[in-house]
Amino acid sequence: MADDVAVEEVATPVPEVERVHGAPVTWSAGQRVLHPSRGDLPAVVRSLRDDDHFNMCLDVTGVDYLTYEADRQLPPGVAPERFEVVVTLMSHRRRERVRLRTQVPEADPTLGSLFDVHPGTEAMEREVFDLFGIAFEGHPDLTRILMPEDWVGHPLRKDQAIGRIPVQFKAADRKDAR
Amino acid sequence: MSITERASGIETSEGSQEMTDRSSANAEELLRELGATLRLSEAEAAELVGEGPSEDQTMIINMGPQHPSTHGVLRLMLELEGETVLRTKPIVGYLHTGMEKTGEDLTYLQGPTNVTRMDYAAPLFNELVFSLTTEKLLGIDEDIPARAQWIRMLLTEINRITSNLLFLATNGMDVGAVSMMLYGWRDREEGLRLLEMITGLRMNHNYIRPGGVAADLPDGWRDAVLTFIDGVPPSLDEYDVLLTGQPIYRERLQGVGVITAQEAIALGATGPILRSTGVPWDLRRDMPYLFYEQVDFDVVVGTYGDCFDRYAIRINEIREAIKIIRQILDLLPPGDYRIQDKKVTPPPRARIDESMEALIHHFKIFTEGFKVPVGEAYMAVESPRGELGCYIVSDGSSKPYRMHIRGPSFVNLQTLPHMMRGGLIADAVAIISSVDPIMGEVDR
Repeated sequence: MADDVAVEEVATPVPEVERVHGAPVTWSAGQRVLHPSRGDLPAVVRSLRDDDHFNMCLDVTGVDYLTYEADRQLPPGVAPERFEVVVTLMSHRRRERVRLRTQVPEADPTLGSLFDVHPGTEAMEREVFDLFGIAFEGHPDLTRILMPEDWVGHPLRKDQAIGRIPVQFKAADRKDAR
Repeated sequence: MSITERASGIETSEGSQEMTDRSSANAEELLRELGATLRLSEAEAAELVGEGPSEDQTMIINMGPQHPSTHGVLRLMLELEGETVLRTKPIVGYLHTGMEKTGEDLTYLQGPTNVTRMDYAAPLFNELVFSLTTEKLLGIDEDIPARAQWIRMLLTEINRITSNLLFLATNGMDVGAVSMMLYGWRDREEGLRLLEMITGLRMNHNYIRPGGVAADLPDGWRDAVLTFIDGVPPSLDEYDVLLTGQPIYRERLQGVGVITAQEAIALGATGPILRSTGVPWDLRRDMPYLFYEQVDFDVVVGTYGDCFDRYAIRINEIREAIKIIRQILDLLPPGDYRIQDKKVTPPPRARIDESMEALIHHFKIFTEGFKVPVGEAYMAVESPRGELGCYIVSDGSSKPYRMHIRGPSFVNLQTLPHMMRGGLIADAVAIISSVDPIMGEVDR
């Protein structure tokens, strides 16, 4: 028996990165994360829906990694970019979720819309567009959703300061504003 | 001049967020509204464009943001032909206060204070999902004392009752049963009084925190809980007489705002909206968290996906919640109410008086907070409105690098245009009410 095990250990090649529909897989806190490329994202989500029963898109959100200094926990072969779009899918049949992290470069913050696959992403993609300035190509109505239409900038970007609006109290000029 | 041009820059700053007028309701827009879930082709949608009334027979009116039946500051643009609603567009953002941005500047201990203000009708669920995600990242999710987990279940189920009672009250008021509003608020207040006794506050409790709960249950809590859950069922029977079996009420709700299971899934709807279409999906049963696999309860589902089903689901979920609470009273174990992990738990008050190190430790935890390992996680719980999710990215510091809440109301609102299409404007009020959106959670 001991011999068998030893042989098997030698024979096993260095494991390649696990892939699902061509997207490398990592695990984060026991949760499965897929890393499709920007161009592949809609196709991967569609394959997950059609072949793997991930029938509902729960969430689309973004992260701005501008000031992030720690390890990004990306699989080999995936180059980190400033923005990341994070999609969470749910499979009712398999009773599990899967998360997709897609790198979006700062120079060209666009990617394909998931609207054709999951129409429920309409409001969520608008929110990401509004708060991060990431455009979704093929989205039917890409307008701001939470901020006023004439707002300048995208508040959840890390180079946008956290809110400190000058308040016009009458005594304000007499005191040293902190 | 189009509606959009008139509105932009003069009265509001919504501009292109608003609904366009009929002449510009081209195939693309109809595809978005209808085709998305019905899987129309572009050609089929183009055929629909010519149909329907011409522009001088319809008008676009605003409902809200200041309207008593919009549950806060929801604004709907409705295109009407007479009393029939043709198109609907919800416009949100009036309550946007940047809570996700604020969350990036608060430590993990301050986090629950922030998120609890999102879904203000069910605040404990927000605290719970934030704490669960933080614990997942800390890697202590398996080590939380059983008593703390059971207390969390107890409180969230009480909160589910108060939230659904609020729905019954507002739903009654919206369809004209004003007496129901008074009864609903009255019964909810009893629940809030109980929560105040346990947590110290009626709402925005900040009671469930990473590592456990803020304090143990107070003396006499068991009697107080029993008094509350003994008082609710007679009221529910009263509501059955007042509403459920009452012909006028049923006429207002049955067959109104119908949505199919296929549409609900495509639009990402969760909670009572999804269950009303007959999909038996409840995270408490299907993907259990806390100790829900140890309690016995039924998942209430509907058949027709109409407003009445959504009402019936919510009133019966109160009964199920009472059933769960009774089991919790039997199963609640003794023990710690928070994890005894020096990293996340401050030392007890008595130690501070006698030990300098304990004082420093206490000071450090509340000023700097505790550091959370690098990583990202998504956790979700079944709130009274559906899947409430929390996504946190940690960079190893004591504040979340990114904190995102997946509000069920925000996603559920997308079902409104589908439910309202072709209905009467009087039904629109009943439909908004049956979606039960909480705008604090929509706009965050």
